[in-house]
Order: sequence, then structure tokens, then C-alpha cells
Amino acid sequence: MSQLLRPVIIALGLTLLWQCIVWTTDAPRYILPGPLSVIATLIEQLPLLLRHAGVTLAEILIGLLLGVVLGLISALSLATWGGLKRWLMPVLVISQAIPVFALAPVLMLWLGYGMASKIAMATLIIYFPVTAACFDGLRQTPTAYLKLARTLGADKRTQLLQIRLPAALPAFGSGLRVAASVAPIGAVVGEWVGSSTGLGYLMLNANARMQVDLMFAALLILALIAVSLYFLIDLIARRLVPWQSDTLNSPTTGRSRSR
Amino acid sequence: MDIRLEHASLHWQQHCVFSDLNLDLPSGLWTSILGQSGVGKSSLLQLLCGIADDAEIGGTLTCSDGKPLSGRVAWMAQDDLLLPWLNVLDNVLLGARLSQKRNVRPEQKELAHYLLSQVGLGDKADVRPSDLSGGQRQRVALARTLFQDRPLVCMDEPFSALDAINRLRLQDLAASLLSERTVLMITHDPLEALRLSDRILVLQGQPARLSNPIEPQGDTPRSVRDEALLHLQGELLTLLAQECA
Repeated sequence: MSQLLRPVIIALGLTLLWQCIVWTTDAPRYILPGPLSVIATLIEQLPLLLRHAGVTLAEILIGLLLGVVLGLISALSLATWGGLKRWLMPVLVISQAIPVFALAPVLMLWLGYGMASKIAMATLIIYFPVTAACFDGLRQTPTAYLKLARTLGADKRTQLLQIRLPAALPAFGSGLRVAASVAPIGAVVGEWVGSSTGLGYLMLNANARMQVDLMFAALLILALIAVSLYFLIDLIARRLVPWQSDTLNSPTTGRSRSR
Repeated sequence: MDIRLEHASLHWQQHCVFSDLNLDLPSGLWTSILGQSGVGKSSLLQLLCGIADDAEIGGTLTCSDGKPLSGRVAWMAQDDLLLPWLNVLDNVLLGARLSQKRNVRPEQKELAHYLLSQVGLGDKADVRPSDLSGGQRQRVALARTLFQDRPLVCMDEPFSALDAINRLRLQDLAASLLSERTVLMITHDPLEALRLSDRILVLQGQPARLSNPIEPQGDTPRSVRDEALLHLQGELLTLLAQECA
């Protein structure tokens, strides 16, 4: 019960704080609209908001899928062919050193104003963290497991798929969590740079027209998407490694799961 | 099948751990190598198992049947090395799961269940290793080692992480389940070696050398209250302590 109540209390508290700032500063509507007017706009413009949210959500999900699959394949290839690492690792690091935001206009030029460029943005921003996390996981298999597998007659491929890969799943889970939290950034930045649909476009457009309440409503929906996505991925990542105990929530550290 | 290791040498990071070492493992006998930590016991064992990575090794390894030893050794480490993502039964079946044939045959499953009941964990087949105690985990590791059914069983301080009572129980269990097999056990506990072994060798010095075999009398596992055994334990401890001084 308290578990459900707590987020509600936090949300109400923050909303109250927001309203208090509006009251005390007496800010005009086009600078900082009150929570009530934002909610009114949210309900009023719901069809419009949902249409754009659908586009953004699709971009995020497809980008997430592509980035994770590409990252996983890259990590497995890096782990399989030792020589590949020397060639591919510098490229990966350089690709990460260039800010993805700086690439956005180029992607727009190449892939157009549609969804493709935004999906590419989301994929790019996810790719490196997922690859790095998976590769680290694959690399740090306890050597004793591998020695045991060798005395049991396992070949290289079996070792990779049956020992290294399952042992890397916790690290893969961390990569997934990072991916889930940065994927929306990629999609929205892509939309800011150039698009005709999506929540990012809607926010920029509303801002230009001084419809700050609509901008806040779009922001609210974006936050909702990002938070739900994170918790969904977190749940999946936990299911992936049922054998891993969460020591932060275990009774040994004095904190319990229920509170 | 007798196994003979001749003129074995092992260098690790330019440091000579041992050289010109000879070791005989007569068929069906339990041989123990006793020595302090860091003397090279584990290296010698891993050399026999073919998993001495990062070390320069030399020497000849011959089996009395003329075939190479590689692929015919079961290795049991100090750490149970149970894979946390597999349940107990699948851990016992690991040898079958990792082999080239892949699919596990029903009779192999039956054998795994039988071995689990032999080590007293017949009801734990579906449990994850994390839910077992240290003693139970090592029992599963023993079942996994038995499942492999290899001509030579190499054990690297298999019971050293257990408490005194569990250690005695597991020693009895191992002695009964591994009788008739060729076993090489590494340990730093003289009493453990004396309870279980047909032949005891002491590895000491730098570079390390093997002593002449000590052959305790009587059937294994020997009682911890055996007078002759306790006398030998005293002698072995004196021998080991001398090296220290």
C-alpha cells in the first residue's frame, strides 16, 4: 500500500511546490504556467499529444532494439575474434568521442526529416554503452569457470555461448538500463534538429508560439514515457538474472524490500 | 591405467616453480600431495589437467594404455565452481551439456539424479546453487566430478573451505564414492591426506621437489582416532614446519 502511495505523495508534493512558485513569483502564463492550466491543456490537447507521443515512442523503441542488438553482436564479435578488438575498439571510442548531438544535422541531411534519422540518433547514442557493458561482461568471466569448461571438453564456441554469455548477463542488464535512460534523449534531440512530428517537434513549436502550457504537457508525457521505459527495462533486466541477489535490498544490510 | 609424469618443469613469470620432477600415479590408488601454500601444488595439478595457463611447462606425460591423458581428467577445485544460472541437476550434467553432442540423454539424467542421491542431495535437484550451504555446494561439485567418469580425478584442496565436521563427512563420502579410482588430491592438511590416501608425497623447497611416498596402512577413510595415523600426522607436521624454519 505504502509502495503505491509514496510516488503519489512525491508527485503531489512537487506539484504543490510548483504551484507555490507560481503564486509567489506571480509569473505570467507564458513564462511558467501553473500545474492546473498544464493539466487542462493536457486533457484538452490529448489527441494531438498522443499522436506525436506515438511517433516519439516508436522512434525510441526501434532505436533501443537496434542499438541493443547491434551492441550485443559487436560485443560477441569482439569477444570471439581477439584481433578484431585492436581494429574496432579505437573506432568505437572515436565514435563515442564525437557528440551524437553534433552528428544530428548530418544524419538529418542523409536520412531525411522522417523517423529514420531519429531512430539512427537513438541507436547511435545507445550503441556504445551497450557494446562496452556487454564486452566488459564477456571479458570478465571468472577464469576458473573457463578452466572447468575446458576440462569438461567444451570448445571455444561452447565456452562463449554457455559460460561467457550467461556470466555476462548482469553486465548486459546494466547496459540495457543505461540504454533505456538515454534512448529518449537521442530521439528528442533528433526531433529538435528537424522534423514535422514527434514530441520534440511539438515542444519546439509550442515554445515558439508561447504555448508554454502545451510544451509542459508534452514534457510531462515525455517524462512518463522515459520513466515507464526505464522501469520496464529494469524489470526485464532483473528477470534476465534471477540468480543474482540484490544486496542493497537484502536483510543483511538492514533495509527491507517492503518499505 | 597408470599415469607417469617425467622430468616435468614449470616456470611462471621467469620463476622456476619446479623442474625435473617425477610423479607416478598407480592405477586405482589415491595419491595425495602435501605442501604449504604457494609451493606449486596447484600448478602441478593444473599441468596434469592441461589448464596451466600463462606458465611455461615441459616434461612427458605417459599413460600405461599408450593414449594421451588430455580429455581424460576430471578437475575438482577448492571453489565448487557451480554455475549460478543453472540448477543443481544441470550443474551435475554440465559435462554432458558442454560436450559436442549437446543434447542430454535420459540415462544421463538418471545417472545425475542417482549421483545426487548418493551425495545426499536427491531432493535438491531443482534448486539453484545460491540456495545451498557451502558443504552442500561442494557435494554437488563432487557429484559433477563423478558424473564425468574420467580415469583420473584431480582434486585441488577440495574440502579446505568447509568447517571441521562437514569436512570429515565429505572426506568419508569422497572416500567411498571414489574408491577404485585413480585420484590425485592436493592438500595442506596432513590429517586429510592421511585419512584418505594410499600414498602421500610431500612437495617442498624452491624449486619444489617431491619426497618419497609415505604409505599409511589400513582401509580408507581411516578413523581420526587411529594412533598410528596421529603419530604420522605429527611427523608430517614436523617435516612441513622444518621447511618453514
